[in-house]
Amino acid sequence: MTLYAFFGALEQGFAYGLMVIGVYLTFRVLDFPDLTVDGSLPLGAAVSAVAITAGYSPLVAVFMACGAGFAAGMVTGILNTKFKILHLLASILTMIALYSINLRIMGRPNMALLGQETVVDWFTRFSGLLPQHASPVLFAIICFLAVGVLIWFLHTELGLAFLATGDNMQMITSQGVNTDSVIIFGVGLSNALVATSGALVAQNQGAADVNMGVGTIIAGLASVIIGETVFGDKTIGRALIAALLGSVLYRIAIALALGLKLGSFAITPSDLNLITAILVVFALVMPKMKRKFLAGRSK
Amino acid sequence: MKRIFLFLTAALLVASTAFAGKTYVVSVTQIVEHPALDAMRNGVADRLKEKGIDFTYNVHIAQGNMATNTQIVSQIMGEQPDLVLAIATPGAQACAQKIKETPIVFTGVTDPVSAGLVKDIQNSGGTNITGMSDFSPMDKHVALIREIVPAAKTIGIIYNSGEPNSVPNLKALKDEAAKVGMSVEEATIANSSGVYQAAKSLVGRCDVVYIGTDNTVVSAIESAVKVCTDNKLPLVVGDVDSVARGAIAAVAVDYYKMGLQTGDMVARILQGANPGSMPVEFLNDLNLHVNLKAAQAMGVTLPESLVARATKVIE
Repeated sequence: MTLYAFFGALEQGFAYGLMVIGVYLTFRVLDFPDLTVDGSLPLGAAVSAVAITAGYSPLVAVFMACGAGFAAGMVTGILNTKFKILHLLASILTMIALYSINLRIMGRPNMALLGQETVVDWFTRFSGLLPQHASPVLFAIICFLAVGVLIWFLHTELGLAFLATGDNMQMITSQGVNTDSVIIFGVGLSNALVATSGALVAQNQGAADVNMGVGTIIAGLASVIIGETVFGDKTIGRALIAALLGSVLYRIAIALALGLKLGSFAITPSDLNLITAILVVFALVMPKMKRKFLAGRSK
Repeated sequence: MKRIFLFLTAALLVASTAFAGKTYVVSVTQIVEHPALDAMRNGVADRLKEKGIDFTYNVHIAQGNMATNTQIVSQIMGEQPDLVLAIATPGAQACAQKIKETPIVFTGVTDPVSAGLVKDIQNSGGTNITGMSDFSPMDKHVALIREIVPAAKTIGIIYNSGEPNSVPNLKALKDEAAKVGMSVEEATIANSSGVYQAAKSLVGRCDVVYIGTDNTVVSAIESAVKVCTDNKLPLVVGDVDSVARGAIAAVAVDYYKMGLQTGDMVARILQGANPGSMPVEFLNDLNLHVNLKAAQAMGVTLPESLVARATKVIE
């Protein structure tokens, strides 16, 4: 792997870092498998692209994307809690609705941001770093800031209710907490993070595309699982950082797969989906194997 | 000993390249594997070989994944190629955002101006980018429709509103149809499983069905063929491969030829031309394919002059 490819993997890992943290919050904390993300990622991209072309500053565009994502997540949450639609189905409904909404927002399937000022350009000029180093550094700073805020939030009263809702809904309801509100807020928060990630990705790659969300949930779950396996999840803070670093490891694995050649046997690009699947299975099976191995030795 | 061996190998390598002339590195990025896109890639390679240009091809395909598509750009930067060949819009956009020095040649991009790749068609704006557009020659498509179904007043079109190339194609179709006093009825789909339903919805609303270069619809064109055959509704398409799959006719870009012409552009740039001063090119050499069996099944008789003109006739 060349240095460029390595920095490219860091860049992608952190650009999608907020998305992975969002997926962690719903999938692991709330125990809510949320497919809205396949729609809210391009939603963030679309909103930010339209805002930038309309003349708003790229930073404002990111915040607008964040708000739009929060609203989208709330819709899924409301469908699930108030209309009693199964969480999986509720999120699929929001996801397919977002496809049309994203097309409406942009007025076309692909909106170019080439030549437009983005947060990456700002940071490159401000920091004086080379372009290929500036974007991973900027995205890493944003991700670690977000993790910091989340750790603080999860130790507030609302945050604790949020953690408890996924663990034991009956217990928390008997404590007088309105779990419906917690779920609506939680799925909203998760999708706010995902849409912010989408805005950053669009500004980084030079275009928002209505199809850019395809496979987001797979990448998100793969990253969460890899992160847990490699870095552990003893405390909530550690789990969040593990999810973020899992996102980076996942992209490094893909970079390796893209450049892999073993003598005359070269991995062709068509093997990439297979490699992703193997990677996730491996990450899922590893902890069990380790436990078995340790148990066997202690006998 | 190991060091001497290494040194010898290195010396041998340097000597061999020095004798063979320069070997250019061409890095390729392509969004998916798809017969048309692959044909363009092979066309470029064949033309470079014909011209005796020594090159290595580093091919990267994103499997339709936009994140991988962006990551490929970093892979390419690491390869430090002499030229980047970007096939289809997403790869070209991602490269244009990050690569500012190395020349980029795109091909198979329908609308390079609205994709933000070039300022305008004649003048790429002094940048490191130029290439070829596969924009459908819609005036010729409408002329073909009129030749096959002279009495038609309304054209029905099936397209995916989420595909970047289909939206400008639809606009062009409406413009060209209006010029000859025809109107357009639309049926939009979101994925290929909707083609059958969309085709059915057009029955009774139009006199002829047209399907352009829309990847989603084309991937399931057989369902449109079935509906059109059942309802004696002529089906004209925008790509020649769909004619063999049951449509009546198409006058269209041959993607392999497009690759050859792109190869000419690549060769000129490798030999020192400045991409910033090269206008975007189009393929003027079009192929006409007709399918006699399909025409009969859909209730039309093709004019003999049309069949005589065809590059390929399917009996």
